[in-house]
Amino acid sequence: MKNYKHLTFPMSIFLSIFFLLPLIFVIFYSFMEKGLYGGVVNVFSFDAYKQIFQRSYQIITLRTLLIALEATVITVVLALICAYAIAQSHHQTLFLSLIVLPFLTNSLIRIFAWMSILSTDGMLNNLLLKIGIISNPLSLLYNRNAVILIMVYMYLPYAILPIFSAIDSFDFSLLEASRDLGATKFQGIRKVLFPSIKNGINTSILFTFIPAFGAYTISLLVGGKDSYLLGNLIVDQITKTRNWPLAAAFSLLLTLVSIVGILYIYRRPSYAKKSKKYQKGK
Amino acid sequence: MQKNLKNIKRVNRHKHENVFSFTVLIICVIFLLLPLFTIILFSFNESNQSVFTSFSLHWYKELFFNSRNLFQALANSLFIAITAGAASTFLGTLAAIGTGLNKQSKSTFVNLITFLPLVLPEVIVGISLVMFFSKISLSLNLFTIFLAHTTFCLPFVYLTVQSRMQGFDFTITEAARDLGATERQTLTKIIIPTIAPSIYSGFILAITMSLEDFIITFFVSGPGSTTLPLYIFSLIRFGITPVINALSFFIILTLSLSVLTMKRFVKILASSR
Repeated sequence: MKNYKHLTFPMSIFLSIFFLLPLIFVIFYSFMEKGLYGGVVNVFSFDAYKQIFQRSYQIITLRTLLIALEATVITVVLALICAYAIAQSHHQTLFLSLIVLPFLTNSLIRIFAWMSILSTDGMLNNLLLKIGIISNPLSLLYNRNAVILIMVYMYLPYAILPIFSAIDSFDFSLLEASRDLGATKFQGIRKVLFPSIKNGINTSILFTFIPAFGAYTISLLVGGKDSYLLGNLIVDQITKTRNWPLAAAFSLLLTLVSIVGILYIYRRPSYAKKSKKYQKGK
Repeated sequence: MQKNLKNIKRVNRHKHENVFSFTVLIICVIFLLLPLFTIILFSFNESNQSVFTSFSLHWYKELFFNSRNLFQALANSLFIAITAGAASTFLGTLAAIGTGLNKQSKSTFVNLITFLPLVLPEVIVGISLVMFFSKISLSLNLFTIFLAHTTFCLPFVYLTVQSRMQGFDFTITEAARDLGATERQTLTKIIIPTIAPSIYSGFILAITMSLEDFIITFFVSGPGSTTLPLYIFSLIRFGITPVINALSFFIILTLSLSVLTMKRFVKILASSR
């Protein structure tokens, strides 16, 4: 049979030029000296990497990591429960459609809607004031919690879908079998259900953590001083401070963390190794 | 037999229905839909405060008769979405057919360059492109936005079509060849019509991604090349007007008409991730 590999060449060439090459540029830029008005001077230096380890930048990096982790844990736990409920309901298509319905609107507009819900003279505060739960409006916007809330809101649909498709192909009679064999309900879920939907969970962790770690718009619009993230730092280095090497170095840091995350998530799971061993033993 | 098995599976699973998970699901659905309700509600609001005063079509009048800049941005967005969507669909489909037909060797390189843009934070793609364009002194305008959008849409189209190619029944191509079809005929008359729905879905997906993108566009746009998300962003930052609400509801309505396409989109999204 003829080799059809050449059909992939146009795409490979396009992505090499407009994706890989620019990434390589970022690597080079991070090792250069900054230009006076943006851009770089072609002088080799480690300045950018020295700056990364300044205390104020360390705080931002750690903060970003923490916020991304918190958002991921909340999102994935909610996604697990929702996906489980959808997989078992009689109205799967209805629920799935409802979950992707927000995609119909631009994400900026949805953030804006949240801003008008959460603002001091917003819907939620008005409601709470009217009921009499609070006497002064709460400041719900422009802080860390608002950022995490919006992150959960944004990434939840993306987290539900992969877990749902994993649970949907799971044979629930296996759970009953485990009960028959004396496992408790909790054991059944932990040792039978979880291992078989692990790939779905991993995908949804990945699709939540990485965008949360590189978030820019959310923290810009609803964040405050306590939620200035790496994404904001990078963009400000490009557009305001004009320190391109530092932006490049931080971009590489972000890329590196993402790639480590991907490799960690998609590593060969331990139970697969074990079952291989058993097969060999046979 | 297969169907029977599936039915048994289905009956079995409903035994596990539980109130707790269902309640959480309902709360989450409300949580996800709440902003949409606010958008629709406030688009009919008379005042521009975030308190509903009385019903009015004021903002719709504003939208259709008094928003030249907004429609210019929308036109730019649609132009980019269609051109970048078409370009990425063409390149992505070609590549997916290539890998689909080439069963002997799997290219790690192709896997890498289609997987990475999908998972790297958008900020990275934006930064790297702006540095690249400035290095080759390409001035930022609609063309650079087109290049950027084609770049990030390509992997989505490729993966959508490629997942269809994986389930492709190659006996029909062999049958076509046996009946005297040339290679080109097999491609245009057998393979492409069979995978057409996935190509279509890939195209729709690309258009959606392109219309939605803010961060990457933010970097690679120049003066005079404002897209809709950029325009919305400037409205949110400098003086909010409920015109965006009216526009959103208008878009929601338009898109809801193609809800059947959406259903397919959901399934593809669920299976491709």
